[in-house]
Amino acid sequence: MLAFTLRRAIQAIGVMIAVGVIAFSMFRFAGDPVNQIVSLDTPAAEREAVRKSLGLDDPVPVQFARYFANAAQFKFGVSYQFRQPVANLLMERMPATLELAACATVLAMVFGILMGVYSALRRDTILTKFFQAVSLIGISLPTFLIGILLIYLFSVTLGWLPSFGRGDVVRIGWWTTGLLTLSGLKALIMPSITLGLFQMTLIMRLVRAEMLEVLRTDYIRFARARGLTTRAIHFGHALKNTLVPVITVAGLQFGSVIAFAIITETVFQWPGMGLLFVQAVQNVDIPIMAAYLLMVSLIFVTINLVVDILYTVVDPRLRSTIRRPA
Amino acid sequence: MTVPVLSVRNLEVEFLTRRSALRAINGVSFDIAKGEVLGVVGESGAGKSVTGLAVIGLIDPPGRISGGEIYLSGTRIDHLPPEEIRRIRGKRIGMIFQDPLTSLNPLYRIGDQIVETIRTHMNLSETAARKRAIDLLAEVGIPAPDKRIDAYPHEFSGGMRQRVVIALAICAEPELIIADEPTTALDVSVQAQIISLIKRLGRDHGTAVMLVTHDMGVIAETSDRVAVMYSGRIAEIGPVQDVVQNPLHPYAKGLMGAIPTLAGEDKRLVQIPGSMPRLSAIPPGCSFNPRCAFAFDRCRVDRPEPLKHGSHAVACHLFDTAPHEAAKETVA
Repeated sequence: MLAFTLRRAIQAIGVMIAVGVIAFSMFRFAGDPVNQIVSLDTPAAEREAVRKSLGLDDPVPVQFARYFANAAQFKFGVSYQFRQPVANLLMERMPATLELAACATVLAMVFGILMGVYSALRRDTILTKFFQAVSLIGISLPTFLIGILLIYLFSVTLGWLPSFGRGDVVRIGWWTTGLLTLSGLKALIMPSITLGLFQMTLIMRLVRAEMLEVLRTDYIRFARARGLTTRAIHFGHALKNTLVPVITVAGLQFGSVIAFAIITETVFQWPGMGLLFVQAVQNVDIPIMAAYLLMVSLIFVTINLVVDILYTVVDPRLRSTIRRPA
Repeated sequence: MTVPVLSVRNLEVEFLTRRSALRAINGVSFDIAKGEVLGVVGESGAGKSVTGLAVIGLIDPPGRISGGEIYLSGTRIDHLPPEEIRRIRGKRIGMIFQDPLTSLNPLYRIGDQIVETIRTHMNLSETAARKRAIDLLAEVGIPAPDKRIDAYPHEFSGGMRQRVVIALAICAEPELIIADEPTTALDVSVQAQIISLIKRLGRDHGTAVMLVTHDMGVIAETSDRVAVMYSGRIAEIGPVQDVVQNPLHPYAKGLMGAIPTLAGEDKRLVQIPGSMPRLSAIPPGCSFNPRCAFAFDRCRVDRPEPLKHGSHAVACHLFDTAPHEAAKETVA
């Protein structure tokens, strides 16, 4: 088990190095950052001074080594537009994004699994058809459109929920949370739905398909022949087997929820990393873009690792194959 | 005479399709007495498994029991509400399926699955149920049951898993065990062990056994009586020696003739020409008539009912000694 975890961790580091190369190469290919910092009438000598102060005149391998060594210590350089360390900017905005992503994922998991199980067990009811329709909408409507529609309905027309921002936040150490204030919670509702809807429909469809598959298996038939109660069969035997693949997808989806938060954060002007990233793209603020890329991949890789380990907790068959590698 | 453990009367099972209802079981009747093993043989699709599933109430839609009665120790069980038939399943009727590799839930320890079943049907504490589970595993021949009880299904071999499945089937002391091809998925050497285990359990507990198989060897070894099924009906039923050594129905004759023996090696095995009719195209009269070498005019119009002939009951006009319509008394 330990060997397995270690092996996976080493693979993860390999992935991060590859991403680091890509992030670094952005500096080389996305135009001359000096032009972004200085104004049009800056004299050439001053431009060179800026270039030197940023270390942009060193040979490429040196720059890469320096970038990577710094990145490993979460030093991503100074933002061109804010003139502040990128790490600070990201840290400041990370709680907003993570809270949003966590709420969206919890929402997607809870409702996705409930709706999926329901529509698998009660195949021909009106509610199931309704869920199917909702899931079709969730899969086919683009995120920004859902956000805008929600704003139109609940903010503009009904005036129930704020249309933008995070509301009041409470500071706990370096972490800021909107979960403890009423306005923070109210502000969280629509962005979470917007961000989570796609994942929810995905999980619902997955759970439904898996559950239907599991209900056809021999061990479910045998469980029925043993006279177990319907509840024990559905929620004890079928659901647990259904959740094995759902864990992987939900885990990986958490990564993409963070990555896709860009759109939702833009629509709702949510002060998170995604909004920061969009501003960085508009201003060719490469240190932020590169750091964002690294952060998102780090999150993805970490989640992947956790999912792999979680798998073995749920499925005993994997435990033994890992213990005795073939 | 005591009441038989299982008594099936004129059972009919239909599968509804878009166009029509296909009759998979068409008027099957038989009894199984306490401690008796009834073997049910026939080709694939003859309705053996469906009969077993019908008895335990596990025919899934679009299938349904469309006629006849099923009695368990004298009580009618075929049209009980789902919740009541569930209480009978596992408690009064145990079932063993064909593939032990897929019959157990891979995510739960076998002990948990046995304890769960015991506690569903018997009013026992967790500890008492666990103790009973260990005893059951010992009884079905799992070595070191107190350790193996905490193992997962994938940690057992096929034969051992089938023993666990049997332990699950008998854990509430059922009156009847339905074994649906319990040895088909197993090694020949393991088959014999499983068969003798089922036989021993039936004897020790006085359990009636309905053994569905297409393996005549298994039937000859285990059963007291045998029912030969063909296209949803019983063609012949009788004591196992008589039916195996002296089959009457042309289909049963063909079936027995198709068994290779070590003796007459130079003889070609008998083949029954053709194949069983599809459910949607069962011929009128005797459903075996297109394949039967002895078929005559009456076989193509008139459907034969099982009639008593010595120790057997056989559904064939060749043995209908009484004139037409005179003896319509059905014997199970």
